[in-house]
Amino acid sequence: MSDRQYDAELTRAGAGADTVWTKATFYARQYPLGAIGAVIMIVFVATAIFADVVASFSPFSTNPAQSLARPGGMHWMGADVMGRDIFSRIVHGARISLAVGIGSTLVGGVFGVAIGIASGYIGGWFDLVVQRVTDIMQALPLLVLALVMSAALGPSLQNTIIAISIPLIPYVSRVIRANTLALREQAYVEAGHAIGLSEWRIAVRHILPNTLAPLIVISTAQLGSTILTEASLSFLGLGVPEPHPSWGRMLSESAAEYMRTAPWLVIFPGMAISLAVFGTNMLGDALRDILDPRQRG
Amino acid sequence: MDTPVLDVRGLSTVFFTRNGLIRAVDDLSFTVNRGEVLAIVGESGCGKSISALSIMRLVPSPPGRIVGGEVRLDGTDLLALDEAAMRDVRGNKISMIFQEPMTSLNPVMTVGAQVAETLTIHQGISGKAAFERAVEMLRLVRIPEPAQRARAYPHQLSGGMRQRAMIAMAVACQPQVLIADEPTTALDVTIQAQILDLLLRMREELGTAVILITHDLGVVAETAQRVVVMYAGRKIEEAPVDALFAEPLHPYTHGLLASVPHLASLNPDAAPAERLQEIPGMVPPLTNLPPGCAFAPRCPHADAQCRAAYPPFEARRPGHAVACWHADRLYGGGHG
Amino acid sequence: MLLTLFGISIIIFALLRLVPGNIVDILFDSAGMVNPADKVRIEQELGLDKPLPMQYGRWIGGLLTGDLGYSYVSEKSTIDEIAPRIPVSARLASTALLFAVLIGVPLGVISAVRQNTWIDYLLRVVSLSGLSLPSFWLGLLVLMAFVATFGSIPIYTESPRTFGEAILLVVVPAATVGFRSSALIMRLTRSSMLEILRQDFVRTARAKGASAASVNYGHALRNALLPVVTVIGIEAAFLAGGLIVTETVFNIPGLARFLVESIRNRDYPIVQNLVMLIAVVVVTINFLVDMLYAALDPRIRYSD
Repeated sequence: MSDRQYDAELTRAGAGADTVWTKATFYARQYPLGAIGAVIMIVFVATAIFADVVASFSPFSTNPAQSLARPGGMHWMGADVMGRDIFSRIVHGARISLAVGIGSTLVGGVFGVAIGIASGYIGGWFDLVVQRVTDIMQALPLLVLALVMSAALGPSLQNTIIAISIPLIPYVSRVIRANTLALREQAYVEAGHAIGLSEWRIAVRHILPNTLAPLIVISTAQLGSTILTEASLSFLGLGVPEPHPSWGRMLSESAAEYMRTAPWLVIFPGMAISLAVFGTNMLGDALRDILDPRQRG
Repeated sequence: MDTPVLDVRGLSTVFFTRNGLIRAVDDLSFTVNRGEVLAIVGESGCGKSISALSIMRLVPSPPGRIVGGEVRLDGTDLLALDEAAMRDVRGNKISMIFQEPMTSLNPVMTVGAQVAETLTIHQGISGKAAFERAVEMLRLVRIPEPAQRARAYPHQLSGGMRQRAMIAMAVACQPQVLIADEPTTALDVTIQAQILDLLLRMREELGTAVILITHDLGVVAETAQRVVVMYAGRKIEEAPVDALFAEPLHPYTHGLLASVPHLASLNPDAAPAERLQEIPGMVPPLTNLPPGCAFAPRCPHADAQCRAAYPPFEARRPGHAVACWHADRLYGGGHG
Repeated sequence: MLLTLFGISIIIFALLRLVPGNIVDILFDSAGMVNPADKVRIEQELGLDKPLPMQYGRWIGGLLTGDLGYSYVSEKSTIDEIAPRIPVSARLASTALLFAVLIGVPLGVISAVRQNTWIDYLLRVVSLSGLSLPSFWLGLLVLMAFVATFGSIPIYTESPRTFGEAILLVVVPAATVGFRSSALIMRLTRSSMLEILRQDFVRTARAKGASAASVNYGHALRNALLPVVTVIGIEAAFLAGGLIVTETVFNIPGLARFLVESIRNRDYPIVQNLVMLIAVVVVTINFLVDMLYAALDPRIRYSD
């Protein structure tokens, strides 16, 4: 092999990638899908944050004159039956999806981690009880449970977040518990005991940081799931209520009646949901490949 | 009859990694004679396993690549064969057994089926005939109640029996060379002796040459006829086993022997009941080898020449060669 | 297992009682007139005025004796309401699962064996989209396609006129629900295969001179399929969620759509029993899958 071929192979393997830029390009080339996912997520988050700037109309202002306007001109994604601009509603809808998605992932994650670590580390009857409850909650499909919770709590933004995060907790705690059990057997935990560290300190300073990797992986995976669940709940009429512009509800409002006459009412909100979830999944996949300890070295 | 059965010349294998280029095997040459037991010794990471995988062309690629050399098995260069031809050779003319018998066997296939598979691939026997032959092979490697064991799954056998089964699989087609990569490292000491004994018996009964890869000098002393010592991907010493133990010419070999308790007494330079000597320092990272002799940073006798230029591999005695600038001076002059 | 079901029943019961307003409120709201006395009388008839533990006891007692109560809405027994809908949903779910397995497993294997080639990337993108597309949106798009091609939406009937129509009425919604499941199964098969291909015994098989086909399908696949079997069980649970929206979109009179309607109507007996039914089905399937796994994996079957 010539020297030039050696160098080419080496660069492809990522040797000599020291600066932030070269590292970034290496990762982007190694995980192209993940890079695309990251870009989508950045656009998603930026749109949500700068929604007011990006959207030309208010998502709530109705304009009967423009009812069911076709895409183009002023309303470049068209308008719905009440004359609201679809594009603006989609842009503001990003806020809702992001809020519910991140909110429920965060809440589910925090409680899941706490319960998982406690369960794995303390063990004993506490663990047994938690295990049983987890089994019970996991026997029901996510959507069914969220459906019932949502109906029980009543439709509102906060309640939707709660309704989705609660079924999430058993999933997270199960993974974290398994991780904690493995970590507990590590030598440095025993060493910690030997030098007299309290259980609390060991849990926080040694177990928790090593939980980060699986947590990131499961969180990005769940983010897509929560966004979809919110969309489904809103579609069924039980999720985020008026006047918040939810992508899912935009689909239910328009579905049956206007499918024939105004397909843009169906296409754009659905595309938005799909793209957002697509982005989180691609990014999550890449993160999992990168952070998986078996893949390293 | 006197041509070596395996002739490795200038074998070089590299790995392309994020940390740079790793020359795992660098210009390695050695021969194995028919029916001989050759030991390749060195510490972890010296390239002995990769050499074996390179000979079998089982190096994971990417990130690895065999970049040079010839491997002549009975005259045919294995590195020049296409994949289909190489598959005919593997398990048939040259076999390999690995360190971890538990993970090296397929957990959902019976042991007998796995041994029979070798026969099916290379000798065209299948079905009941193959299974019966497989039982015969298990009997050959002294597994008790072979017919029953053949129907068992790997997790139902002990570590020693699994390794015997692996050996049965490897010698089923009577290969000319059997490469054993750390075959006893994962086993109990008591079982170790049995497995080594078994390997030697296979050699006697089937005429197979054995390449024994190990880091355990005790195993080498008991089993090998000739020894190759590797360090940082290169061969640094080669000698008949008695000569190596009696008179190691390379400072690294010298250090290895001095650091093993019961072998230190073989070394004329060491006084009995002395402190075990360790070799200070660590193997340099393979991505960043020093320009001269790779062992120079740890060698008590290294000088400017050692650090500047890599010493040639030369014979100092009949059959005993070494890559060291000062071999003659250090450990007694040559006898001729 | 029983403990799990017991626990579920408590949770469902409690959740439903949290819901503000009950069936009587809804009935009266829609009727417009509210005579408090009437309300109280009807509540008494329905047993809604009894203390909660008693109501729970009645329900569980009924479950055990086979008396599952009556729908608040239609006043037919819950069994009469639920039973005829079972075959509809069962047919949809099993077709969807079949579709998912027959497509997901082979594509997952191909994706793993040809890792990092263009076909792998293509399949990964396809499976990612299967996970990302909301199934109700997919359903809507399918309906729109029908409208564009045939000019009308297929209306679900119990007695289809032609064989082709019968197939269409089942296959189209099943494929819509199954798309997501097939994506999940494809991904899992892929990662399971990749994991197995890294194992030592694969190297041993190669060292024996086995062909690539033999290594991939004879050795690796047999091991890789074991976790996939487990996942099929988990998929059964996800399918229920998918059924909910698909039955709604395609207007199929199945259990899942009925569930949503009943929740909206606060029809407790229906909701309670229906959710219990779903839970029983899921738990049973998981149990059967565990048995199957134990039978297939020799490490468990012959553990001594």
